[in-house]
Amino acid sequence: MAEQFLTGNEAIAQAALDGAVSLGTGYPGTPSTEILERFDQLGGRAQWAPNEKVALEVGLGVAYGNARALVTMKHVGLNVAADALFSATYTGVAGGLVLAVADDPGMHSSQNEQDTRRYAEAAGAPMLEPGDAQEAYDYTLQGMEISARFQLPVILRLTTRVCHSKTRVTPRRDRVGLPAPRYERDIPGRVMIPGYARPAHVRLRERLAALAASELPEALLRLDGNDPQLGIIASGVAAEHAREAAPNARVLKPGLTHPLPLEAMRRFAEEAERCVVIEEGDPYLYTAARAAGIPVEGRPESFRFGELTADRVRRILERDESPEPQPEAPGKPPRLCSDCSHRVVFRALSNLDCIVAGDIGCYTLGVMPPFEAMDTCVCMGASIGVGLGLRHALPAHEARRVVSVIGDSTFVHTGLPGLAEMAYNPPETGHVVLILDNETTAMTGLQEHPGTGRRLDHHPAENKLNYEAVALALGIHHVHTVDPTTQTEDFERLLHDALAAERLTLIVARHPCALAERRLAAFQAAQEG
Amino acid sequence: MTQSAPVTNIVLAGLGGQGIVTASDILAQTVFRAGYDVKKSEIHGMSQRGGSVSSDIRFGPRIHSPMVPAGQADFLVITESTQVTPNRHRLRPGGRLITPDAVPHLFQDDDPQASAQAARMVNVALLAVLSVHLDLPEEQWLAAIRSQLPERLHTMNLETFQHTRRVEALFGQLAERPRPRAY
Repeated sequence: MAEQFLTGNEAIAQAALDGAVSLGTGYPGTPSTEILERFDQLGGRAQWAPNEKVALEVGLGVAYGNARALVTMKHVGLNVAADALFSATYTGVAGGLVLAVADDPGMHSSQNEQDTRRYAEAAGAPMLEPGDAQEAYDYTLQGMEISARFQLPVILRLTTRVCHSKTRVTPRRDRVGLPAPRYERDIPGRVMIPGYARPAHVRLRERLAALAASELPEALLRLDGNDPQLGIIASGVAAEHAREAAPNARVLKPGLTHPLPLEAMRRFAEEAERCVVIEEGDPYLYTAARAAGIPVEGRPESFRFGELTADRVRRILERDESPEPQPEAPGKPPRLCSDCSHRVVFRALSNLDCIVAGDIGCYTLGVMPPFEAMDTCVCMGASIGVGLGLRHALPAHEARRVVSVIGDSTFVHTGLPGLAEMAYNPPETGHVVLILDNETTAMTGLQEHPGTGRRLDHHPAENKLNYEAVALALGIHHVHTVDPTTQTEDFERLLHDALAAERLTLIVARHPCALAERRLAAFQAAQEG
Repeated sequence: MTQSAPVTNIVLAGLGGQGIVTASDILAQTVFRAGYDVKKSEIHGMSQRGGSVSSDIRFGPRIHSPMVPAGQADFLVITESTQVTPNRHRLRPGGRLITPDAVPHLFQDDDPQASAQAARMVNVALLAVLSVHLDLPEEQWLAAIRSQLPERLHTMNLETFQHTRRVEALFGQLAERPRPRAY
């Protein structure tokens, strides 16, 4: 097939198509979002799930049914999906299941820089780490094959620079015909009660040992350079930086990083006069190598933070710990669009001197001047729980100032259980939850969700989640819907009265995102044209 | 183009919405079609909200890291004057800075509608200026523009590119002349 110029995300989508993935599912999150969008554009079956846990469960069901599933998420999404992952490795899979999980070293668009490689080890999932788009393509197919052969879910660990960098990619169509999906009953293998889970854990360790003993760990190694003085063990895009920083050094890049090819790493390190581990994020390779008694050198602690570059790798190799250069002036930070309805809401929250338990989305930018109207932002869906906790703890005159502010997509993602908690354990002063409903997942690039009434491909969905009806069904009786842009005074009065009323209130501030409206209009015009 | 250097490093920078990603796609696609090894890397995500955006393009016989190392850009192309200062450190000594000042002919119209139109053309016009300094075939540039933009925008962008490329080829070498504005 013809060579293409693709981002890592586009390459994964192409591989999913070529590898006969029957369903792609996930939740949007930078830098992973474009995988499923591209898969859909290529003709694959792709859908957004309400959150990553549900996505993984759906993918697991597909794989139990002897079909292939691709599940995508950003690194923090795996925290949500972790409950499913830790038992999915016990049950194993029949068809094939690859989790594409995108880390964000340097936090270009995230709230932390956690390292997914720890999850692979903790859950016992095989893991592949591509360093460019060609490897992203190859390892997606390879991951499906490993998953089918060893009957385990496989993690494809990505980073921002792999997801969003374009490189040359030569696709190879997977010519292996897949058996038709079918259900084969395996109660002890799939039902994780203690009596079945105990042997399942033993089975997991046996499968990982079989993978480690197979030809794959060595087959997926890449070895470049010939300088006997300096050896570098690096994974992912860090290996590319290392090749650039030290063109002559011998570079060992394991493609399979769980289980690690420890014996190959040992031989490599012992042959080099000096062997340095270069990796982004946690000292995962370094710790594993040292625990196995492999003589490798690590890096100063300061290189644990942020992305690596060829310049930073050169510093590590030269043991240069002098202060790193900083950009002359900071770039322009993102801000709410000039006509964004969130602006009206944050002005009101600021005017009423609210304590705002915030959440994750465009509206997190309400923390920026001139509003500075957000007091907490922790993780997806946290606004409701944190707001309730503040209400429980604070004296009444302060508790009455607390508002939970959450976006529509985030509410569906993990806000729903928070609302159940509010109805179940109401604070004495009541509580006010504000859903900022702009009818899209705006921050990640305008994706659909169960509340927009449209599917991933923007066509109408079967159903549209009704937040007001959900609240009423949960026992929250004071439910209001306003457009904060056309009913600004009503909105502010409503919020003021709700805070004073000491009861449970849900306010849905509904105004469509202008960017989403434009894109939807373009989509509809394209459909009609 | 620096023929002796094995790798050409280019950084495009501006603000969200100015077509930085599109411009870098056109450039990288041109290089890809010309047969070089090429990598392109950028940070987006929050750029949609009008923040700073920059894109790195590197090409040559073999490219490893997708990011242009600090202070090694041969060309720094900036679509918005405020973005010169935060990105200037990326240029190597003797590297070429290309800003909207290089395309004054784009802004000679007093009509506000025409000015707004010109603003949308800045990315392609600056690519045209850059193109004069790179040894890449013009037909690959034109093919890349066609492949990266919707058809209704082809005529306007191709005309802007070709016109600006001619102007730059004729007068660009006199680029040391005083600029209308200084940064």
